[in-house]
Amino acid sequence: MSFRKLGLGLAAATMLAGMALPALAQDSVYVPLFTYRTGPFAGSGTHIADGMHDYLRMLNERDGGIGGVKLVLEECETGYDTKKGVECYESVKGKNPVVVNPWSTGITLPLIPRASVDKIPILSMAYGLSASARGDIFPWVFNPPATYWDGLSMIVKYIGEKEGGLDKLKGKKIGFLHLDAAFGKEPVPLLQEMAKDIGFEVALYPVAAQDMQNQGSQWLSARRDRPDYMIMWGWGSMNGAAVKEAVRSGYPMDKFYSVWWPGEDDARAGGAGAKGFKMLNWHAVGTNFPAIQDIQKHVIDKGLSKAQKDKVGELLYNRGIYNSLLIAEGIAQAQKVTGKKVVTGEDVRRGLENIKLDPARLKDLGLEGFTDQLVLSCSDHNGHRAAFMQEWDGTKWVKISNPIEPMTDRVRGQLEAAAKDYAEKNAGWPKRAEACDKAS
Amino acid sequence: MLYREAGQFKTNYIADSAIFPLRQDRIGLGLIIVAAYALAFIGNSFLLQAVMIPFLVFSLASIGLNILTGYTGLLSLGTGAFMGVGAYACYKLMTAFPEVNVIVWILLSGFFSAAIGALFGLPSLRIKGFYLAVATLAAQFFLQWCFIRIPWLVNYNVSGALDAPLRTLFGTPIMGPNATPQTRYLVVLTIVILLTWLASNLVHGRIGRMWIAIRDMDLAAELMGIRPLQTKLLAFAVSSYYCGVAGALLVFLWYGGAEYDVFNINQSFFILFMVIIGGLGSLIGSFFGAALIFILPIVLGIVLPAMLSPFGLSVGADVIEHLRFMIVGALIIFFLIVEPHGLARLWQIGKQKLLVWPFPY
Repeated sequence: MSFRKLGLGLAAATMLAGMALPALAQDSVYVPLFTYRTGPFAGSGTHIADGMHDYLRMLNERDGGIGGVKLVLEECETGYDTKKGVECYESVKGKNPVVVNPWSTGITLPLIPRASVDKIPILSMAYGLSASARGDIFPWVFNPPATYWDGLSMIVKYIGEKEGGLDKLKGKKIGFLHLDAAFGKEPVPLLQEMAKDIGFEVALYPVAAQDMQNQGSQWLSARRDRPDYMIMWGWGSMNGAAVKEAVRSGYPMDKFYSVWWPGEDDARAGGAGAKGFKMLNWHAVGTNFPAIQDIQKHVIDKGLSKAQKDKVGELLYNRGIYNSLLIAEGIAQAQKVTGKKVVTGEDVRRGLENIKLDPARLKDLGLEGFTDQLVLSCSDHNGHRAAFMQEWDGTKWVKISNPIEPMTDRVRGQLEAAAKDYAEKNAGWPKRAEACDKAS
Repeated sequence: MLYREAGQFKTNYIADSAIFPLRQDRIGLGLIIVAAYALAFIGNSFLLQAVMIPFLVFSLASIGLNILTGYTGLLSLGTGAFMGVGAYACYKLMTAFPEVNVIVWILLSGFFSAAIGALFGLPSLRIKGFYLAVATLAAQFFLQWCFIRIPWLVNYNVSGALDAPLRTLFGTPIMGPNATPQTRYLVVLTIVILLTWLASNLVHGRIGRMWIAIRDMDLAAELMGIRPLQTKLLAFAVSSYYCGVAGALLVFLWYGGAEYDVFNINQSFFILFMVIIGGLGSLIGSFFGAALIFILPIVLGIVLPAMLSPFGLSVGADVIEHLRFMIVGALIIFFLIVEPHGLARLWQIGKQKLLVWPFPY
């Protein structure tokens, strides 16, 4: 009788599912936010979630939404778990979301093929599938402002400049501490290719996902190999643990570089010894921007946010703001392009392709100097924007370099090959049918 | 009243040893199967895609683990990895031979899983209980390591992920982004029903009795002429077959694409909890367990906000998540205290009571 319970479950579930879809007001735009305030990655996820929510909420409170249309915000808790993320996607799909932000590479991958079928654009900000930067192959997926390959090339370029030229890296040894998953392994081929061309040596230190907090063996090997530089590609608790281990094993922190995911808490984990730790970033930290002060005024002080007051303006909080800035700008551009007030996912896809965040526009939005300009187009869904290097001074991040342009010539080859490969492996991958807008 | 045995006479051995001796049970089962198929046409896409497909997939995996742990008494923590073997095998097969129908590959991919499962089942001849659990844990970690480290398994994909290409059955897409939840649900439902029927025949027949004999006392079973080597390895193979097929269904008909991380140790525990809660050594328990562990949190996630909002309490997604954890955890403890033999046993007691209701004498 294994199916009797099933029948009961069905009946109950049908009723519930019916209840779960409240009618949405016609004059609003539904923006689901996939967040993870629980689970092993909550330490970073909470700040990002707060930043994303607070910026959009501020637009609602201050301006009454975007273009006079209220945003309906709803958080869906994924716990950074693919299972729950896919469930979240299914539960929001019926409410006509204009964009989804999976906030996990694992959740992004299953959603990529669905985006074009469900007509919901995916905004995977600087994570997900790097190849999705190609708008002609992935019209529904956006991953601005830079890919991981761009990031790696920027770090190598910065190191090269410090040495006095890329060719000076010849004979040096670069350690690559990475999460042993698709995310961490993605830059490896590019690093090895550069190693061959420039003549430096690469030592790989993979960290398995289940050992993120236990990196003793990797750092022991690092002590033996003595790499001249260490580059880290980590996420979640891996970053904090790496900083701690680096300090403990006496690795010179000023030779330790990371991609853009560590937050303040990760650097603090290393105590005073973490001073000198460097990472890439593409947006400012701090609250010294009119828009962020508006968030404090309209959202935080009114108790509409879950954020702790002292976390506002920290790195990951501002990362969340940047994500929401792109959402808001995508919606605003969609309104401009289509002339409609209440836009749909299809319109926002066009809107995102028309994003042009130049300094003037950023100033209008109250975020002057918050970030470098970003221009997306029909074929370029990434921007491949420059990022800058920032250093941990023991209490906060300090910007220490001008924007570093990615080595486009090296990165492009990887990108083209990966995008082509993806489309080929997925036989029947649809050709782009969506028309391109003329650059306005 | 309606559910009673009176008047149903068994006139031959076949009728006496039937799995569903009661006419009402047979009718009920038929109705449920019809309802399950009907659901494909009346259910909305959230119900089918986010509730029913995963429920069926996890039920199938639970049946697999139940054969090993419930029927043969061998504890395994490698379920997630065995599911992974099925998924990766299916991916390799269907990309290498795209002209063969994908359903064939889904069903065949289980055999790869079965072979790997039997291999890692070899230590079960010497060790039992927790020690065997540790040995299967080794399988879990080793196979997971393989999924990360052997790029051949994903056809040298840069993303390192499995993705579901477009595949059709009778001209209708059943796999890939263009397949509707409806068609995917029908495919999953059919496969799960067929495999459940097969499992039911296995565990109620000679092989099943051999497994149960080994579980209850392997020494006595050996003295009675049951060969432990073949029997235990067969249990591992059959169990892994079910897990493998479930893994292939999970990636290609539910997620539509996944990373190696889906098959981690948590997945193994997830399935093990389903089996323990549902009832060890019961097929229907596998369905109950999957329903309780998988569907209940989803239902709570929908019901809790609706329940709290009339009181003016608007709670965030994270609070709901924490509440879900607490409620599901409490329920698990409650069920284990009230009925350590699982939901299947509760069901059985309920049926016994119903048979004599309303005159229990």
